[in-house]
Amino acid sequence: MKDRLEALKVEAIGKINESQDLKDLQAVKVAYLGKKGPITEVLKGMGKLSAEERPVIGAYANEVRDSIQQELDNKQVELENAAISEKLAKETLDVSLPGRPVKKGNSHPLTAVVTEIEDLFLSMGFTIAEGPEVETDYYNFEALNLPKGHPARDMQDSFFITEDILLRTQTSPVQARTMEKHEGQGPVKIISPGKVYRRDNDDATHSHQFMQIEGLVVDQNVRLSDLKGVLETFAKKMFGEDRKIRLRPSFFPFTEPSVEMDISCFKCSGKGCSICKQTGWIEILGAGMVHPNVLEMAGFDSKKYTGFAFGMGPERIAMLKYGIDDIRHFYANDIRFLKQFKKA
Amino acid sequence: MLISYNWLKEYVNIEISPSELADKITKSGIEVEMVESLNKGISGVVVGYVQECIQHPNADKLRVCKVDIGQGEVSQIVCGAPNVAQGQKVAVAVPGAVLPGNFKIKKAKLRGEESHGMICSLQELGVDTKLVLKEYATGIFVMPSDAEPGSDALEYLNLNDHVLELGLTPNRADCLNVLGVAYEVAAILEQDVKLPDTSYTASEEKAEDFISVNIESLEDNPYYGAMIIRDVKIGPSPLWMQNRLMASGIRPINNIVDITNYVLLEYGQPLHAFDYNRLGSKEIVVRRAAEGEHIQTLDDQDRTLKDTHLVITNGKEPIAVAGVMGGATSEVQPDTTNVLLEAAYFASGRVRAASKDLGLRSEASSRYEKGIDRNRVYAAAKRAAALMAEIAGGRVAEGIVEAGKREVNTYTVNMDVSRMNGLLGTSITSEQTAAIFDRLGFSYKESDGIFEVVVPSRRPDITIEADLIEEAGRIYGYDRIPTTYLLSEARPGGLTESQAKRRGIRNYLEGAGLYQAVTYALTTPEKSTHFSYNGDAVYPISVAHPMSEERSTLRMSLLPQLLEVLQYNRNRSMEDLAVYEMGSVFINRQEVLNDLPEEYVFVSGAVTGVFNEHLWQGERKTVDFFVLKGILEGLMSELNLSERITYESGAIENMHPGRTAIVKLDGIPVGFVGQLHPALQKDLDLKDSYVFELNATSLVEAETEQMVYQALPRYPSITRDIALVVDQELPAGDLFTVIQAAGGELLKEVNLFDLYEGEKMEEGKKSLAFSLKYFDPERTLTDEEVVTAHNRVLKSLEEHFGAQLRK
Ligand SMILES: [Zn+2]
Repeated sequence: MKDRLEALKVEAIGKINESQDLKDLQAVKVAYLGKKGPITEVLKGMGKLSAEERPVIGAYANEVRDSIQQELDNKQVELENAAISEKLAKETLDVSLPGRPVKKGNSHPLTAVVTEIEDLFLSMGFTIAEGPEVETDYYNFEALNLPKGHPARDMQDSFFITEDILLRTQTSPVQARTMEKHEGQGPVKIISPGKVYRRDNDDATHSHQFMQIEGLVVDQNVRLSDLKGVLETFAKKMFGEDRKIRLRPSFFPFTEPSVEMDISCFKCSGKGCSICKQTGWIEILGAGMVHPNVLEMAGFDSKKYTGFAFGMGPERIAMLKYGIDDIRHFYANDIRFLKQFKKA
Repeated sequence: MLISYNWLKEYVNIEISPSELADKITKSGIEVEMVESLNKGISGVVVGYVQECIQHPNADKLRVCKVDIGQGEVSQIVCGAPNVAQGQKVAVAVPGAVLPGNFKIKKAKLRGEESHGMICSLQELGVDTKLVLKEYATGIFVMPSDAEPGSDALEYLNLNDHVLELGLTPNRADCLNVLGVAYEVAAILEQDVKLPDTSYTASEEKAEDFISVNIESLEDNPYYGAMIIRDVKIGPSPLWMQNRLMASGIRPINNIVDITNYVLLEYGQPLHAFDYNRLGSKEIVVRRAAEGEHIQTLDDQDRTLKDTHLVITNGKEPIAVAGVMGGATSEVQPDTTNVLLEAAYFASGRVRAASKDLGLRSEASSRYEKGIDRNRVYAAAKRAAALMAEIAGGRVAEGIVEAGKREVNTYTVNMDVSRMNGLLGTSITSEQTAAIFDRLGFSYKESDGIFEVVVPSRRPDITIEADLIEEAGRIYGYDRIPTTYLLSEARPGGLTESQAKRRGIRNYLEGAGLYQAVTYALTTPEKSTHFSYNGDAVYPISVAHPMSEERSTLRMSLLPQLLEVLQYNRNRSMEDLAVYEMGSVFINRQEVLNDLPEEYVFVSGAVTGVFNEHLWQGERKTVDFFVLKGILEGLMSELNLSERITYESGAIENMHPGRTAIVKLDGIPVGFVGQLHPALQKDLDLKDSYVFELNATSLVEAETEQMVYQALPRYPSITRDIALVVDQELPAGDLFTVIQAAGGELLKEVNLFDLYEGEKMEEGKKSLAFSLKYFDPERTLTDEEVVTAHNRVLKSLEEHFGAQLRK
């Protein structure tokens, strides 16, 4: 009987190895280990054996059954893995096909530049002040040391609506309004971004509507050297750490002394190129120490308080930063233009 | 302002190159916008003497000249200029010479005659035609007879000079003349200024015997001086003077006019020369023009004057518009012999009024408008008289006939050195400050660090301490000011809640697929009222002097411009578009604008064409009402306003009457969403376009409650679906409202999952299917509780709308 069992084991393992799939394997299992299988048959015939032989053959039969089961299990894992591989092989995608697009717009480049500048000054402890785009002559000019008939008013040709109401030509009226609200008490530390309007013909470098960002700090002991510090931080963050700045004396009616700030050219690093008109320097903004008349008109004691102000044009900065050659692109809103300014 | 480098060197010692000088001037406060070399690449041009000039045998318009070009060399040159003649000194480009534009001169044969070079006009040497003396404008330039043949012609013509173009700010009118710039350069280079020679020998005649001067209002005309120069000979001015005028952008005319222009450029003092014999009287009266009075100005135009204009009269009629332009009748002409030289100080307001009204802006008027040196008038008059004697052979009558005050007293301004250092962040000493004021030519007294500075009359821009601080600072050098950081306490910056919410709206809309546009606030009067839902009592706001009708009136809606954006892109074959804008609109409810109009920030969007597509998987969603409504619903959820917003059908001008919803916040309209009116779409040549407009100011300023955490459901929810049959006109929104109200606390979610309006329905009915989700976060609901609540919903629906469950 032992020989018979041995033969069954060899035969079963052979069948197992021949199985092509799980179905074959199941058939083998039923055939050899099932209730009507040959091993069961063998065990049924054990009654004819002697008492000594019986446990020996019984143990051997169990051994055979276990080893067949073991082989079945192994083969099952093998076949299952093969089946998965086969299924996966059939599911393979062409990963080079385009994905389903996610609908997503983006900011206008001017907004992107303004937001970047806002965030920079917010991080330096500034807040954002806002005011009306239709302004009074008083806040737009007079409170800024530009009384009626002042020749410097010619620097800005304005869109007047009535004799006393106009489209603001600068965001400085927001500074005048903010200072007035402070009722002579410092500190004031604001930037004021917004749209402004001037009577200009639209061409590649002029626009009758454009953006401006102005800044104002009023407190005790505010110095021109502090302005230099703020502007240097701004220039490095906005145009790169190795930018140098230079202040040149200039004139604005609401500041005295007045300066213009140049940065070392970010394209040629000062060697001279077309962007910096061969000078190595690029004019970025105007600034200065708040004129005592402006402080006094807004209710600040100019003996006690000093301040600085600065103003810049986001269009110019965006044009420099992105190499845009015509200011009208910003207002044409060609979708092919707008789509280029994804957040980096 | 154009400044000749060579001319400047006459008054101040300059040992650096024009570009180095320009750099220093720029750094000290006056921007040199350009340094232009008058030699535009010229070489090889010498003085020649035309020994012989004969007709070309084969060409009517050509001459064959024998020209002595120095060192005994005589060249044959063919010349086409009509004015070439024997005996002239001319500029000759010899073979090998280079003219502007890299034009190389070679030996040539012209219609059979050898030509060894070219006789040049000024234009051929790079001079602008409008600056060339009229008699040489169409031919060669004839040089003075003392020019040496063979010598460098560029030296004679001052074409080795450089011109500095100054960009002057309004406060620096003192630099609108060469002397003023000389003072500035002297301060920068630590040099002295050498003043021009104003001396002449007066004749025995007295000016007062020839003329009297009266001023009606000293306010309009604080000073008027008249000098008499007799027996002048009118002719061209000397070449050096012509050269300097041309370098400064002024065309030479004749010696007398050139002298007045020359002294204007040199001193900044406008002067006028009248032909004394043509004055028509022996008196000068300065007065306001009578309203409607006429004058023929020397450009031969008849001008009608106003009573805000100031005129110079001969006691009867105007002979000049003060500070603006002389009259034709008393103009200096070739036969003029006696000259009345006017040197006056006119009030800038008078000059500005006349110059603006008559549309005449001249070198003189712009200087009066910007302010001239009050105390330089007399010196300028003497300088011009001296030049008229020297150059035009005139005899200067003794004295100047005057009215008003010739000079005014100077004033002082104090500056405290410690305040200067406090404002600049520097530590400049009193000694350094004194040295700076010396360089600027300011006189002063100093004690204990307080400087009492006498402001020179050429610098009326200096009136307060800060002005002196600026002067000291800029000469000290802004590059020497240290970099420091604000001493004030650090305070956190940050956006206000509204500002943060506005940014949130922008980010949301961009995330939802819209591109931000920025358009103009000015539009046409017609478009300004489109899409208005502000009621009838609004008045468009137009600017007084628009640049065009197209940009004349402030917008009340952002949509007209967004539609222009759609059109612009459609015209460029971009048909699937989704854009939004956030910007101000202006609402005026006053018939006459006395107070500022209301300003609101609006946010509006326009979408047309395909909104979403994934072509190879066959997905393609064209925009419809619900695409935009979905965007708005998401936005309201972002703003925590969902439960307070309702959408009600309503009418807006230019919108589709059946596909427009008014958006209300707490029952108050804050905007609308819907399809453009098909008629407007057709007008604009747009495909179906959907738009929305919201008052962002109202949305961000709506008070919202602090968000509070909701406990997560730990117990199972129970869902019941119902399909209802209701009247077709019944808005689904009403069903939602009733279901929510009747469901009570336990009903946590209601979703519409089916809408059927097909033929299987009874006429005038539709079916809507809702899924209702009940749960209690604290415990498991019993069947009974859910049944009670659900029956309440069904009952309420039936009571309100007669809604039946669909069988
Ligand atoms: Zn560069």
